[in-house]
Amino acid sequence: MTAQQQATLKKLGPLLALVAVCIGLALMSPNFLSVSNSFDVMRQVSINAVIAFGMTLSILLGGIDLSVGSILAVSSVLAAMTMKGGHGAGLAALIAILAGAGMGSLNGVVIAKGNVAPFIATLGMMTLLRGAALVLSNGSPISGFSSDLFAMLGGGYVAHLIPVPVVLMLAMFALFWFVLKRTVFGRHVYATGGNAEAARLSGVNTDRVQILVYTISGAMAALAGMILTSRLDSAQPTAGAGYELDAITAVVLGGTSLAGGRGWIFGTLVGALLIGVLNNGLNLMGVSSFYQQVVKGSVILLAVLLDRGGKA
Amino acid sequence: MKVTMKGVSKSFGPVRVLDGVDFSVAGGEIHALMGENGAGKSTLMKILCGAYQADGGGILIDGEAVAIRSTREAEALGIAIIHQELNMIPQLSVMDNLFLGREPNRCGVMERGRMRGESASWLGKVGAGQIDVNRAAETLSIGLQQLVEIAKALSLNARVLIMDEPTASLTDREIGRLFEIMKDLKSRGVGIVYVSHRMEEIFRICDKVSVLRDGHFVGERVVAQTGFDELVKMMVGRELKERFPKREASLGPVRLKVEDLADQGHIAGIHFEVRGGEVLGIAGLIGAGRSRVLNTLFGINRRTSGEVLLDGRRLSIKSPADAIAAGLGFVTEDRKSQGLVLGLSLRENVTLVHLGKYARLGIVNRKEESAAVKELMDELQIRARDAELEVKALSGGNQQKVVFAKWLAEPPKALLLDEPTRGVDVGGKAEIYHTINRLAAAGTAIVMVSSELPEVLAMSDRILVMREGRQAAILDARTATQEQVMTAASEGLRAA
Repeated sequence: MTAQQQATLKKLGPLLALVAVCIGLALMSPNFLSVSNSFDVMRQVSINAVIAFGMTLSILLGGIDLSVGSILAVSSVLAAMTMKGGHGAGLAALIAILAGAGMGSLNGVVIAKGNVAPFIATLGMMTLLRGAALVLSNGSPISGFSSDLFAMLGGGYVAHLIPVPVVLMLAMFALFWFVLKRTVFGRHVYATGGNAEAARLSGVNTDRVQILVYTISGAMAALAGMILTSRLDSAQPTAGAGYELDAITAVVLGGTSLAGGRGWIFGTLVGALLIGVLNNGLNLMGVSSFYQQVVKGSVILLAVLLDRGGKA
Repeated sequence: MKVTMKGVSKSFGPVRVLDGVDFSVAGGEIHALMGENGAGKSTLMKILCGAYQADGGGILIDGEAVAIRSTREAEALGIAIIHQELNMIPQLSVMDNLFLGREPNRCGVMERGRMRGESASWLGKVGAGQIDVNRAAETLSIGLQQLVEIAKALSLNARVLIMDEPTASLTDREIGRLFEIMKDLKSRGVGIVYVSHRMEEIFRICDKVSVLRDGHFVGERVVAQTGFDELVKMMVGRELKERFPKREASLGPVRLKVEDLADQGHIAGIHFEVRGGEVLGIAGLIGAGRSRVLNTLFGINRRTSGEVLLDGRRLSIKSPADAIAAGLGFVTEDRKSQGLVLGLSLRENVTLVHLGKYARLGIVNRKEESAAVKELMDELQIRARDAELEVKALSGGNQQKVVFAKWLAEPPKALLLDEPTRGVDVGGKAEIYHTINRLAAAGTAIVMVSSELPEVLAMSDRILVMREGRQAAILDARTATQEQVMTAASEGLRAA
């Protein structure tokens, strides 16, 4: 086996793990592979997957975005306030996503221009924006939007079969795949994450790449916030807490290196699905939620250890 | 104690760095080890102190063969090294550094009192008794840190002390004090191997000198019986013309014009012109500011004064991106940290600079990109199974060709080269020289920094010699000799 074939096989490792877990669950719980349950799983996964796509970019840069959960909350509250103010769902979603992008770009500017470590910059932003969400909403949920269009976002179906969030997730996946694979910007993300100095000396505007990446990450968090808010028919200022860790888990399970420069968006989709499938399967099997955490944590450690073993 | 290395050889991959080298140092002598960059001095010393293992040959101590498989074993035999980059943990205190890894302790609890007393007494032996052993190492000057390292070596009971360019970052006063301590150690029977480029220091402090060239042992001399000229000849004297491809220079009009260039304190008063088709070599000792000139031209360092003109147009370069837009290219010195993104493929590295050429609306046309990469691979004779291979997997020579290829997708008006053949084997070097000549023939103005004098002499039309951040001379490469360049590069230093 050549080095390249080995590398390809390793890249497909997460997918093999996903298939293995699916087969195992299907054997133990016949209902698992039904069409409706499959789409249920994917719908549950969609919010985390959308955030994780954005997170993949920041991790590819060798950074991290801890503020996504808080950005999600602020965006949700802003969208809810817009709709409560009598405006349409379209405008509300637009405002929310622009706001998410704006908050993300702030992260990017602090990191790129202020030379602050991404962990610290986004940690600060995480706390700051959580406070902002509470201030804006006065600390209480905003519910009841009476907009069919907005309700579609989280609860609707395309062709009476495929949930809208799943369509959104797959569309975002395709878009990210294309951007990373085929565009100049995508190439610059890999180059900056792999060796920022060499990229800069090759004329890559690494500051701009960083700012754009965090902007996109913020926008994706806001999009996830729209799905969540629509499904709950309520914007919660405390929503999204801890989501950053789920997203990071999906990215890392997918094989993207925390050191930057190496990884792919397909892996992230697989990683998010793997987490979702485990949740769903353990529920179907009636495993207590206490044990579910033990199992999930073990899977994460095992996956990362296997990945390490491949490197040595 | 007398340490003798006999017929030592060492290869890294296909590159033979040392070939049957003999070297010996006796107690009570200061023995200089000299040679050009890449001659193999550091490798030889790393073998002596156990950091590398030799492929062939052996080491004898007082006539008895010994095996040195690690720095621990070397220390046990009484051999210690003081690296140019000092090996201290900056946040830890002086005494913690002195005893790092062998802290006196009782059941894991350090005996601070004993450490304090012993470190103070060792420091006293190197004339540094005034240092407060509780101070963090980073708060000491480089000179004092070095004394701490020497004290540490003595505390390890070192009988042979290797010092690698110990004066590189010391002030004159610190150098004077260091020499006093070296003399004192010598009088107490310690043997010192002194690796340095500075001729004047060799004559001032050393008893014997051994010279390496291209991984071979050239000879050993008693310092009192040799001179500046003989040593220079031993280091650089060789017939090399055939190693460099012939070139017919046809010079065009002036393309790159640099007037009174200066940065924040490292270089000043740099002034030169390069014509289309011309190669201007920049020579000088390490730290003379050669790379600084290129970095400043390329917008990596801030230019504080002076003008840069390209084809008569005044450039305002604030970043590498500006420089590239103006038509400059830069083959950087360190290809691993500055030249390549090691985890990306050959293709992705080659097109990093001019990716926009193969893209419309930000979307890369993979067919065009791959075709262009293939063309450049053929042109530069890059040998790789295919362009999707990670550059990490390529040999040094092929990696360096990839760095060149980055800049050739869109031929630059002026190309800056910093050590363009470092770590490249002889065959790969010749191919890179061909590429340089071809670029020059196509009308590119080339500025080349190199520490290899034969390379500078053979490849350049004119040679700018740097000395301590200033331009010491511009010589005509057709008539210049290595001795002239060396003299211009070190003359002031020799007298200082």
